[in-house]
Amino acid sequence: MNGLFNSNPMQAIKSSVFIAMLCFAAWVQAAADLDVATPAVSALKNSMQARHAQLAAHYASGAIGLTKDGLIALRDTTAVPLKDRQGINALVTAENNDRVALYKEIAAGNGHPEWRGEIQNTFAGRWIDKAQAGWYYESGSAWVKK
Amino acid sequence: MKTLVALVFCLGLAACVTINIYFPAAAAEKAADKIIDDVWRLQDAAPAPKKEEAAK
Repeated sequence: MNGLFNSNPMQAIKSSVFIAMLCFAAWVQAAADLDVATPAVSALKNSMQARHAQLAAHYASGAIGLTKDGLIALRDTTAVPLKDRQGINALVTAENNDRVALYKEIAAGNGHPEWRGEIQNTFAGRWIDKAQAGWYYESGSAWVKK
Repeated sequence: MKTLVALVFCLGLAACVTINIYFPAAAAEKAADKIIDDVWRLQDAAPAPKKEEAAK
């Protein structure tokens, strides 16, 4: 450290600026994209994709709604066909476990585990934006039909 | 001069630290969209049934 300040001041300024630029370049590259192709994230995505075949009908019937915190919840049991009633809770729990793990893995996979909450919030908004018409989502403390 | 050098250096370091803890909201939205499209099959599933209907 001392060597840097004791040598030619101009040289020191140049190196400082260079170091700052290096940091900035590294950050720009990191921020341009979040890596979502890690093995853990891909596995969770596949699992959720497979489960969606079962969930889609329940979103459409209003039995399950999208919560404001990026998860799903059973909102109307009577809308669930009798044959599905027994397994519906397990289905919702499994999906929510995957979603929580997904948010955590994206944050961890990009070297910032502390981003988990913000990633979850981002997803919460995007799930609702991309939901099909007729699906229910949570707004404030009420369910809204899209 | 020495203080100026020290100041520039500290500013550079501080910039690195603050910039690095900043949450990349736009990148996160992009990542979310990509995953949601895959999970809900929004990219390829929608046009397929239409074609089938038209063929009938």
